[in-house]
Amino acid sequence: MYAVEMRNITKRFHGTPANHHVNFCVKAGEIHSLLGENGAGKTTLMNILFGLYKADSGTIRIHEKETKIDSPMAAIQQGISMVHQHFMLVDSLTVAENIVLGHEPKKGIFFDREKAFEKITEIAEKYHFQIDAREQVGNLSVGVKQRVEILKALYHESSVLILDEPTAVLTPQEVDDLFRVLRDLKKDGKTIIIITHKLKETMSIADTITVLRKGETITTLPIGEVNEEKLAELMVGRLVSFTIDKKPLQSERPVKMKLSHITVSKGGKKSLKDVSLTIRGGEILGIAGVEGNGQTELIEVLTGLCARYEGTVIVGKEDVSRSNAKKMLDYVGHIPEDRGKRGFVKNYTNWENMILGYHTRPDYITKAGILKRKAIQDVTRKAIEEYDVRTDGIEQTTGSLSGGNQQKLIVGRVLMHHTGIVLAAQPTRGVDIGAIEYIHSQLVRLRDEGAAVILISADLDEIVKLSDEIAVLYEGSIVTRKSADAFTERSLGAYMLGHTRDEEVQA
Amino acid sequence: MDFVLNLLAGAIRVTIPIAFAALAGVLSERSGVINMGLEGMMLMGSFFGVVGSYLTGNAWLGLLVAMAAGAVVGLFMAVFTISFKCEHMLAGVGINILASGLSIVLLQMIWETRGKSSIVEGLGVVSAPLLNRIPVVRELIGTVSPMFYLLLVCVFLVWIVLYHMPVGLRVRVIGDNPFMAGSMGIKVYKYQYISLMVSGMLAAMGGAYLSIGDINMFSKDMVSGRGYIALSMVILGGWHPVKVAACGLIYGLAQSLQFRLQTVEIPPQLVQMLPYVITILVLIFARNRSKAPAMEGVHYYQKGE
Repeated sequence: MYAVEMRNITKRFHGTPANHHVNFCVKAGEIHSLLGENGAGKTTLMNILFGLYKADSGTIRIHEKETKIDSPMAAIQQGISMVHQHFMLVDSLTVAENIVLGHEPKKGIFFDREKAFEKITEIAEKYHFQIDAREQVGNLSVGVKQRVEILKALYHESSVLILDEPTAVLTPQEVDDLFRVLRDLKKDGKTIIIITHKLKETMSIADTITVLRKGETITTLPIGEVNEEKLAELMVGRLVSFTIDKKPLQSERPVKMKLSHITVSKGGKKSLKDVSLTIRGGEILGIAGVEGNGQTELIEVLTGLCARYEGTVIVGKEDVSRSNAKKMLDYVGHIPEDRGKRGFVKNYTNWENMILGYHTRPDYITKAGILKRKAIQDVTRKAIEEYDVRTDGIEQTTGSLSGGNQQKLIVGRVLMHHTGIVLAAQPTRGVDIGAIEYIHSQLVRLRDEGAAVILISADLDEIVKLSDEIAVLYEGSIVTRKSADAFTERSLGAYMLGHTRDEEVQA
Repeated sequence: MDFVLNLLAGAIRVTIPIAFAALAGVLSERSGVINMGLEGMMLMGSFFGVVGSYLTGNAWLGLLVAMAAGAVVGLFMAVFTISFKCEHMLAGVGINILASGLSIVLLQMIWETRGKSSIVEGLGVVSAPLLNRIPVVRELIGTVSPMFYLLLVCVFLVWIVLYHMPVGLRVRVIGDNPFMAGSMGIKVYKYQYISLMVSGMLAAMGGAYLSIGDINMFSKDMVSGRGYIALSMVILGGWHPVKVAACGLIYGLAQSLQFRLQTVEIPPQLVQMLPYVITILVLIFARNRSKAPAMEGVHYYQKGE
């Protein structure tokens, strides 16, 4: 019996189809993984199911009954809930208030807060959630916030639960916890749909998979008939290489950069505490850590965006501590963690973005201060070709490219201007598998050619795959630094959660 | 002692209009709309309070007319900011300019002057039967405008609605995250429209106090910046109705002090700066920004737009 049947769903945005005759059927009581690259139409499809969008054509049947879902409210009434990627929670309210919103228990005309607390505590206990219903949501960790979202679905007595990229923000331990919860829910008879592009997780939790590519259903298969390689091929449409060719470490790896005793205070709190790092040419240093543990501050120190810190930064033999961003750019290439914020200007053309930050170099500007259009256009064309940026040309605005291609343009910009030290922060965030593969290979090439690469990433797979050495940031301190082979994914996860003693890491 | 009592009594009177407007600010900002138009809403309240009283000969009907006018201005603000997605600040400033101009035009049409209306029936004062026997209390609020008691009622009502009724929970969520509210099927626009209209009414009551509650006539631009002061009290009071109204007293005290210092040999311009300087200082040292509704000023698009 199917819990959800979506048939022949078509949805267009401004004429371009995001879903094209998509079929998606989920059996009751299973965990179903909806796979696809960015822009494959997964979220669109689920937003249709949840009533956020209206399909142009197609039918939806819920528990064998044809229905119309024209609002999230209607979806909830039909027993469908969605846990969004960006949590729909209000930090200033308590857990219970967040959950009951829209269906508040009442005493006369008044809001019955006590009853809300009671009810939520009751549900939380039933599913073994460790949650205090009276706690303010702002004080909760990301993993627990997600639990609150799931509680919301349970409060509405939903039978179908949609989770949009639920593991994107979690540590491996939190992922384990989440999966335990999901299996409990499944035992309880709930149907669960997970939108994801993570293959390993799909393999470990899903019963059935459906792959979307370019807005069309490619296939629906039981998990037993696929493996990671097969899934990747189905998603991308061609064979994808999972391993990365890295030359063995060279014996001579000169120190390129040295941070000593860096401490950054922000708003009375120390967000980096006495961090010392030696960065060598010819190797990739991975910085692992749950986001918000000082990564951003470290990036700002390395790029000169943060001028107020204690400690010294030495490049080669030169003390460059507290240099401004322009000066630091002469030494350190910067692939920013948030490309929309620090990577490019949306409505600038590709060639303008290509020289952003380098526009005062004599290659691009005459002594009289006139841009050398020809030289700039040449270098942009070269970058577009070498870094495989899919674009209509150098005059297209970068904002209109897909995320992966924007990122490739930025990677190209940085790698064409730097051969010494490159800081790659979340270099593949929100980027498709194909582009990830390419960006990874470029970072490795850079390393093989003797550059020092600092890789800051929340993606453990990425860190483990690329790094020669890994340092873990926790609450602003480097809690460990070892050769990459010395970590397992679990031990790395434990360090990220602040377990520094070895026995804790083993456990 | 008399000086202190007089000072406090004066402060309470000055606080009444500010507190009404600040309360109005709390309501609209909690629903996500930055209400720069408080000034204009107050002015419309002042003006239409007088018009109402002038036409009916009854100050209480005047107050009702003022509130209706305030609701209409709130509706305007809602149409601009919520339906037309106008920048909230700009919409507010526009409303203020409109209110100022409109009141002058109508002054000309009704009373054929551009400065002041004629004297109309006012709300007068009430003398509370018990309170006026207790010393100190007697001096402070023994004999006071009925608007003072209305203010207390309004503060209580706004508090109980915001914190103890489902409606209030929804309004607060809308200010913090309208997208979440929308995802739970809450009609965001509806609550915002209503909040802004009630906000307009409250601000207009503050404005009406200035005219029919105090000098019993309208004079051009008589609100003179109180709407903006009220906005800063909203920040200072951390968007909480009771605290915000209490914060109004700080400004009230400064203003009251200013009146009393005018007899002293200090250049009057300096003295007149006092309330504003104090307001600025207090705002500099108040670290309250984090209590602001997280998404005030953000345009929310309801489904289908």
